[in-house]
Amino acid sequence: MTLFFPSLRNRPGAAIAATFVVAAVLVALPFVVGTMGNAWVRALAFAALYVMLALGLNIVVGFAGLLDLGYIAFYAVGAYMYALLASPHLTSNFPALAAMFPQGFHNSIWMVIPLGAALAAMFGVILGYPVLKLRGDYLAIVTLGFGEIIRIFLNNLNAPLNLTNGPQGITLIDPVHIVGVNFARTLDLGFVKLPSVYLYYYLFLLLTVITVVVCIRLQDSRLGRAWMAIREDDIAAKAMGINVRNVKLLAFALGATFGGVAGAMFAAFQGFVSPESFSLMESIIVLAMVVLGGIGHIPGVILGAVLLSVFPELLRHTVVPVQEQLFGRVLIDAEVLRMMIYGLAMVVIMLYRPKGLWPAPEHGVNPTTRDDARAGAAG
Amino acid sequence: MSAAASEAPVLRAAGVNKRFGGLQALADVGVTIRSGQIYGLIGPNGAGKTTFFNVITGLYTPDSGSFELAGRPYSPSEPHRVAQAGIARTFQNIRLFPEMTALENVMVGRHVRTRATALGAVLRTRSQRSEEAAIRARALELLDYVGVRRYADFQARTLAYGDQRRLEIARALATDPKLLALDEPAAGMNATEKLSLRELLSHIRGDGTTILLIEHDVKLVMGLCDRVTVLDYGKIIAEGTPAEVQRDPAVITAYLGGPQGGAAAPQTVS
Repeated sequence: MTLFFPSLRNRPGAAIAATFVVAAVLVALPFVVGTMGNAWVRALAFAALYVMLALGLNIVVGFAGLLDLGYIAFYAVGAYMYALLASPHLTSNFPALAAMFPQGFHNSIWMVIPLGAALAAMFGVILGYPVLKLRGDYLAIVTLGFGEIIRIFLNNLNAPLNLTNGPQGITLIDPVHIVGVNFARTLDLGFVKLPSVYLYYYLFLLLTVITVVVCIRLQDSRLGRAWMAIREDDIAAKAMGINVRNVKLLAFALGATFGGVAGAMFAAFQGFVSPESFSLMESIIVLAMVVLGGIGHIPGVILGAVLLSVFPELLRHTVVPVQEQLFGRVLIDAEVLRMMIYGLAMVVIMLYRPKGLWPAPEHGVNPTTRDDARAGAAG
Repeated sequence: MSAAASEAPVLRAAGVNKRFGGLQALADVGVTIRSGQIYGLIGPNGAGKTTFFNVITGLYTPDSGSFELAGRPYSPSEPHRVAQAGIARTFQNIRLFPEMTALENVMVGRHVRTRATALGAVLRTRSQRSEEAAIRARALELLDYVGVRRYADFQARTLAYGDQRRLEIARALATDPKLLALDEPAAGMNATEKLSLRELLSHIRGDGTTILLIEHDVKLVMGLCDRVTVLDYGKIIAEGTPAEVQRDPAVITAYLGGPQGGAAAPQTVS
């Protein structure tokens, strides 16, 4: 919690209190927002997914300084893995599989999450290995290509073997089941009824909290410092004995892990996946979340992800009625307006807050602290 | 003294050749550095000092040569392996991690002597936490040792030039090197800073770390080094104690020009 509120660093009591307040707000949030309709709770659930994605990408881009424009590929890998393992698609297309699994594929979430993480990590290494020697623009181009390759594969793997069902996507994906609770139905706890979106919101919130903790712990570790060292100066990092190759591969793999888990959750939540959910634009939006929020700074990245994922919903619900009120008809589509505002926001951020909305705090550039240090040294 | 002399040298490099296209940057260069010495490598601009330095630290691949570190052969093929083997270096143009704090810079130096994995970090295991505490304690100790402890939480780029040099030395020392290799540590320093650098280096030698020093400043080298090798045009032209080297006619010719050294003579400079 002190990472979010540095002023609480020396007041452990206040930090614990703040943690409880934030937790309470996050738990109560769907009930407040839900009064305006479940669509808003759904937007919150998506915000949590995007926070996971942005934090995963932040490991690669923010910590290790490797520009990755194909990050959404790992999201796709996770989503399709879950879709294939928890829908009738494979069994209905491959009779041999249907004979082996007469009940069809229905896999436990406890298997799917580690599997999604592992598979995405493997893809992370597959992407990472060939790009080890690349930096900057070249790296960006190759990763962009990788993201597109995955999407195009998904789009075309419906013949000769129908693995992904091509552009139609995969439907009838099982919802999440945890200890007998079916997340697609409303859960009646007696004192309160939790609709499906609420359940998913809490699940994603839990996963997001885990992601945040993992990211913070990685950042403050030997590995986190090695990532930052290669970001700052990879020749000096090598000279300090850091195996740059392994450390970069670990960044790709761990970053991809979060993408894979988020993807599996996305598939379960939607009940449907298709290649168009994993376009280049999605990669760019996740990157924009990281950059807008504060590259390399976990609280900033979370802020960026929440802003950029909730904002389009806000726009969708306000643009049309406002224009109808003003002009009697819709002049500018919400989607068009969204892109315009994104572009404008990016330009403004780059001009006025190049390190993001909530960047990592600076150390030692403040002249007063510097003078204090000098005075302390002299005295 | 005799016990030290019978030990294997910290670094022995022999027959090192390196060619860049048509330029023979190093021709049959060899050094033997004994434990506890400050070993100087000097020479005029373009003599091949930094090339040699980059070869032994694995940044350049030599065309030929044999290398031994504390009696064990090593091949300087990859810089990170060289650091693992026990040579830590600094750079002529300081290469700190500018956005990281001074403390974090030195903590990175401990990387190669610590073991915690990603999983250990995520689970915050007992061994990971105690290792992390040890890294921090050692890094603070080293910051204190080189005299920049008070800037521990400052970003490296905000430190004064002389302090950045010291920080780079602390970071190198954090790898527990057998040989500390410094590439022109006094470059750009004023007289006061040079004096305190000199004190620091003799202090480091006194604490048992062997130093290889590449330096332009002849006065600093002569006052500090136990042995000196002089390079010129990629060849060794003299080797010995500073006093011997200073009297060597080849060295005087290389530095000042002389009757035979027409090409290198300063009077030809237009």
